[in-house]
Amino acid sequence: MTAEGPARTGGGSAVVPGPLLAVEGVTKVFPGVTALDGVGFEVRPGEVHALVGENGAGKSTLVRVLGGVHGPDLGTMTLDGAPYAPQDPAEALAAGVRIVHQELSVLPNLTVAENLFLERLPRRFGVVDFRQANRDATDLLARVGLDVSPRTRMGELSVAQTQLVEIARALAARARLLVLDEPTATLTAHETRRLFEIVRDLRSMGTAVVYISHHLDEIFQVCDRVTVLRNGRHVGTHPVGDLTSADLVRLMVGREFADDHPFPGDVTPGEVVLAVDGLGVRGLDATVSFDVRAGEIVGVAGLVGAGRTETMRALFGADRADGGTVTVGGRRVTIRRPRDAVRAGISFATEDRKAQGLILPMGGDVNITLAALRKVTRGGLLRRDAERAQAAAMASRMRVKAPDITTAVGTLSGGNQQKVVLARWLYRDARVLIMDEPTRGIDVGARHEIYAIVAELARQGRAIVMVSSDLPELIGMCHRILVFSRGRVVGDVPRAEFDHERLLSLAYSGFLNGARPEPEGGDRVD
Amino acid sequence: MSTETVARERVSTTRITRWILGETGIGLALLALIVFFVIAAPNFATSTNLANIQTQITLNTILAAGITFVILVAGIDLSVGAVLALCAMIAGLVITSDLPTGLAVVAAVFAAVLTGLACGLVNGVVSETWAIPSFIVTLGMMNIARGAALQTTDAAAVFGFPEGFNRFGTATFVGIPSVFLIAVAIIVIGHLVLTRTVFGRMLFAIGNNEESVRLAGHRTKGYKVAAFCISGALAGVAAIIYMTRLHTATPIIGNGYELSAIAAVIIGGTSLFGGKGSLVGTFLGACLLGVLTNGLLLMGVGDFARQMVTGAVIILAVIIDYYRQRLSSRLALASP
Repeated sequence: MTAEGPARTGGGSAVVPGPLLAVEGVTKVFPGVTALDGVGFEVRPGEVHALVGENGAGKSTLVRVLGGVHGPDLGTMTLDGAPYAPQDPAEALAAGVRIVHQELSVLPNLTVAENLFLERLPRRFGVVDFRQANRDATDLLARVGLDVSPRTRMGELSVAQTQLVEIARALAARARLLVLDEPTATLTAHETRRLFEIVRDLRSMGTAVVYISHHLDEIFQVCDRVTVLRNGRHVGTHPVGDLTSADLVRLMVGREFADDHPFPGDVTPGEVVLAVDGLGVRGLDATVSFDVRAGEIVGVAGLVGAGRTETMRALFGADRADGGTVTVGGRRVTIRRPRDAVRAGISFATEDRKAQGLILPMGGDVNITLAALRKVTRGGLLRRDAERAQAAAMASRMRVKAPDITTAVGTLSGGNQQKVVLARWLYRDARVLIMDEPTRGIDVGARHEIYAIVAELARQGRAIVMVSSDLPELIGMCHRILVFSRGRVVGDVPRAEFDHERLLSLAYSGFLNGARPEPEGGDRVD
Repeated sequence: MSTETVARERVSTTRITRWILGETGIGLALLALIVFFVIAAPNFATSTNLANIQTQITLNTILAAGITFVILVAGIDLSVGAVLALCAMIAGLVITSDLPTGLAVVAAVFAAVLTGLACGLVNGVVSETWAIPSFIVTLGMMNIARGAALQTTDAAAVFGFPEGFNRFGTATFVGIPSVFLIAVAIIVIGHLVLTRTVFGRMLFAIGNNEESVRLAGHRTKGYKVAAFCISGALAGVAAIIYMTRLHTATPIIGNGYELSAIAAVIIGGTSLFGGKGSLVGTFLGACLLGVLTNGLLLMGVGDFARQMVTGAVIILAVIIDYYRQRLSSRLALASP
């Protein structure tokens, strides 16, 4: 490979290869939104190129343009010097551009091997050579460090495992340019490390990787250069070594950002509002007990698959619980379905806002009043004006940014969608607020707004449960952190004893004693 | 071309597209069709023919109105034609019983509506309890109701209804067929229910995302069952109207009515995926189908060709629905 293009940024090496991908002046406009505004950047072969920016900065749109989902309205792209203008995802694939999306696109009823080689199953005598496919699949799975049989049905895998299969699929296709869109969102620390190894392998083989992540530390660990987008514009491309993470955040948000969390330290938790005793959760080894006081923010930490979401769903009645008692404000409540929980004053902001929280095609007003329609009903009739006005008031309290209260929430950014979910429960005046991954997929600015809202809710005396995989967030925001590990609660740590390492080792504790998948009875690690 | 221009153009095309793909578009299509037939079909624009069309579309409008509720919650009801037959047979038996005339008529109306309601209840409860697609359950109900209708009289027809009852079928009110007015009343009331009540709101919400509604603290199944009940009960209403028109009830009536009704719903812009649509659209859809059939008939187009045209219109409606879906998903993607 010879040096062709001008070396704009040093990068340290003597010979800077010409770009594999060059994007120039790409503009993409959606109704009411300019998603990309004259974006240009270059990706070199054998480079891991980070793409960062807040939600709404245009990363996802750029990925869709690269992957042939959207055509740009203006601008050009070249791949290895040749014009690159994919009309659809198939053309992008054929050109060697592979996207691993945030939203996974696997076929749950086919086997892992079939999913891996979906585009080109090996054939012998005109029929699929499953033996060959399974052999190849085993190799690929080993490369991504996934220990499952290639004959397993996709649907049986966890989200994290599915993510790894997606990455293996990209390996199988021998992509020239691999785009990883939030690849670690569902991965454990161990799986993330494995992913980094794969990315470095790919780099050494000359594959270019575009790496998108909200986790800035990952960018410093694995990327060579970073391109920052802000409001659909290209802010800059820099070698990662030239920046600190504070620099990066500043570039992303366009202003200095205080990293502290608005912990409501002035609030002394009051009487117990939510008491959970001996809750039996399917798939967990032990029953769960905990309580939350008025004005208290209780964090729930743990690795993916530790049983945190399952516990909250059982508590809320979304899934059936096996025994146990729940007390709200001193009154014992029987929760068989979400309706019982809501009536008792418990609310639940699910981790999957789009599928289990919002009604995307409907307006903010409809979404906000959904849990308390009675407030805007008279004699069975909806008072639409009152509904719009009250929803708009609640939305502005939650700092929802939307063109209009009736705008379909599907068109809002992730942060605004989450605020709509919170507005719904506040409109319902829920005493207990359970939030599952409240800031997942939400950009830095909106994230801090949500923290501020949570702190405010605590000051109002509500009991808050915050499930999160983001330990710094829990450490910053909570009075207390419960740690789940492999289907049991292994710790209840007060704020005074918060320590990143200790919490993390607690979260891993269930996975350390013996590598066997089945639980070992009586093994308490603390 | 600046970004702003691109943005402005995109917004305006979207608005126009949405407008054309929505109810306004159906209305315009209906208008164009009427203009076409006024010019091309002899005797189309007479008051007699207008009343004819109104009478002809009455049954389809009522059945389609019921099915709209079901399709809004992403279900389907294939049983309405057969349920109509069963309701008619039971109502026929009641009305020809020894009861005094007035009472017999009232009892027959109740019997028809309750029979339809019961069929809808079974459809809804079975598909919700065991999570069976309503396509299957209502296909089963279609056969059950048809069999039951045949069983009631061992396939014989029932006739000899009271004079006044029969007269209602041809009665007019200010020149408009009274049965058509009933259909319009159903559309108006149904429209108010869908747009102004909590019940209507819940149907739309459930049709778009049932799990979100459940997790917001609602019992979604009840609402869905109710939608099936409405569809069944309206099949009962349609049965009575059928009887006043034909002065007889036979177990083989209503065959294929479900398909015309579903066609009207789809043409009217209600999405088969649930959560989007309106009864006004359904009404316009039924009108469009009725005008089309009537006009082609007057133009001397044969029965077979007419069937082909109607089929093509239904497919066209689904193609339009495809673009509508694409439009809304494009709007949803607008947030990057």
